[in-house]
Amino acid sequence: MAVLELTNVSKHFGAIHAVSNVSFSLNAGEVVGLMGDNGAGKSTLVKMIAGNFRPSEGTLRMDGAELVMHKPVDARRHGIEIVHQDLALCNNLTAAANVFLGRELRKGVGPFSILDYASMYRRAGEIFKELKSETRPRDLVNKMSGGQRQAVAIARTMLSEAKIVLMDEPTAAISVRQVAEVLNLIRQLREKGIAVVLISHRMPDVFTVADRVIVMRRGRKVADKKIASSSPEEVTGLITGAIEQAA
Amino acid sequence: MAITLEQTIAHKQNSRLTQILNSQTFWVLVAIIAACIFLSFATNAFATKANLFNITRNVTFVAIIALGMTLVIITGGIDLSVGSVLCLCSMVLAVVMHAGYGIEVGILASLGTAVIVGAFNGLLIAYLGFPPFVVTLGMLSIARSLAMVASNNTVVFEFGPDHDLLLSVGGGAWFFGIANPVLYMVVLALITGFVLRWTRFGRYVFAIGGNEHAATLTGVPVKQIKVAVYIISALSAGVAGIIQTGWLGAVTTNIGAGMELQVIAAAVIGGANLAGGIGTAFGALVGSALIEVIRNSLGLLGINAFWQGTFIGGAIILAVLFDRIRTFRRE
Ligand SMILES: Nc1ncnc2c1ncn2[C@@H]1O[C@H](COP(=O)(O)OP(=O)(O)OP(=O)(O)O)[C@@H](O)[C@H]1O
Ligand SMILES: [Mg+2]
Repeated sequence: MAVLELTNVSKHFGAIHAVSNVSFSLNAGEVVGLMGDNGAGKSTLVKMIAGNFRPSEGTLRMDGAELVMHKPVDARRHGIEIVHQDLALCNNLTAAANVFLGRELRKGVGPFSILDYASMYRRAGEIFKELKSETRPRDLVNKMSGGQRQAVAIARTMLSEAKIVLMDEPTAAISVRQVAEVLNLIRQLREKGIAVVLISHRMPDVFTVADRVIVMRRGRKVADKKIASSSPEEVTGLITGAIEQAA
Repeated sequence: MAITLEQTIAHKQNSRLTQILNSQTFWVLVAIIAACIFLSFATNAFATKANLFNITRNVTFVAIIALGMTLVIITGGIDLSVGSVLCLCSMVLAVVMHAGYGIEVGILASLGTAVIVGAFNGLLIAYLGFPPFVVTLGMLSIARSLAMVASNNTVVFEFGPDHDLLLSVGGGAWFFGIANPVLYMVVLALITGFVLRWTRFGRYVFAIGGNEHAATLTGVPVKQIKVAVYIISALSAGVAGIIQTGWLGAVTTNIGAGMELQVIAAAVIGGANLAGGIGTAFGALVGSALIEVIRNSLGLLGINAFWQGTFIGGAIILAVLFDRIRTFRRE
């Protein structure tokens, strides 16, 4: 059964129809590449799944039950994690503080609970090790390289047992070696039975790691195919509009 | 020996010492200590008990509000209304007590006023997207005018049945000869410092100033935190107003006039960054102390009081200059 099912989901910002009538489903242990030109509505779509926006129309169902989310915390509670396109980092905070932003570990009881720095540093360190990233939990993010920043944003998705991980261009600003790490991580997530949505403008990334590719153009879904039965040429045609709709 | 990934991850970039040497607050503190040493040799009047008592007490009113202002500044906001809110809260306290109510009622009414004013500022800024500068500039005008309305622009100097208690709360020295206001300031500074470093609320205050958009995306309750911060700022002005009323023993409608600038100056001199994301409670105290030491020393050195503004303004620019130099060196 599908982990997540979107039915006729739309999002309007005033007169702008960022996403129109998109339906698809995500299965456990499946990597879906989400592609499309700038402004096609990819980020808007995943932000709705991550609880940042509420759909203007349409429904989301998780494991068969309708999913209504008002804020990012709701999505995380349902096992949905996201790496935002702009990484959503606070430069004035440490790497660990950024990883745990919005779900800080605390010790003590009720109103007297205080931040548990030691545990957060330790856990963040473990995750960076798992990501094979030389990122120091105690360092401020503003002094970090593009790859380290990306690692911090990705580390957030590994804090809890996720069902769905959404990655909005996680490989945009990083070196070849780190791209390979991220792709590896995506494979690991798949092995754990997690559904992954990978937004990328890099055709090779999608074709090496994804099982399926969804293409969006001007807010609409124009293709949803198995990678095996598609080709980079076809996808390029779909993105640019040279091909109207996938066969 | 090869450095393993674990070692790299465990490594901390800056030692405690370099962190301290890099902080603006530390150098301002050094400047204060140097000035104090110089003044105690250069004048006879500086290092006297009476003068030190005076300085520490004068620091407190600005410092207490600077604590609240520091929170606002860390979120990337500003509160220009604090001087007027101090006046309004003092006046509410005075009028209520003058009418024959006890000190508890007076303080409750005064702090309640602060909460309402702060909530008004915060709601407009957080939920309706008003620029903080505009909202609090409006409140600067409104609060003082309300104080005039409340008192009919008279001086209040009789505080009903609890008159003596109020004067002793503000003007007394209950512990080891330390002026009461100083004790309040120290307690409030410790609380503020604790909240900023050890609570989730404090973490969110920094996150909002660092990158409000990121804070929103990650689920930080940005709007609620902003409202809370403006309420705290108004409350700090209210508390300072209550203490100052007890200390002065009278309230006029021009107390706290222009104080917002001193408070903002204190926060900035102490290391708070008006762009948001940076600031400490200790810095707020240190900044307030520097301003008071400058004021005090000019008097003792026989320099015309008209020069005060120049020196305080110079201190603001100098303090931030050091910060700029460090930033340039890093780039
Ligand atoms: N918060 C918003 N308010 C108004 N319009 C928005 C908002 N977010 C996105 N849009 C608009 O929605 C459309 C889709 O944007 P979106 O960010 O989803 O595109 P994208 O496919 O992620 O593009 P890119 O590849 O450049 O990241 C664009 O026209 C954009 O201007
Ligand atoms: Mg995008």
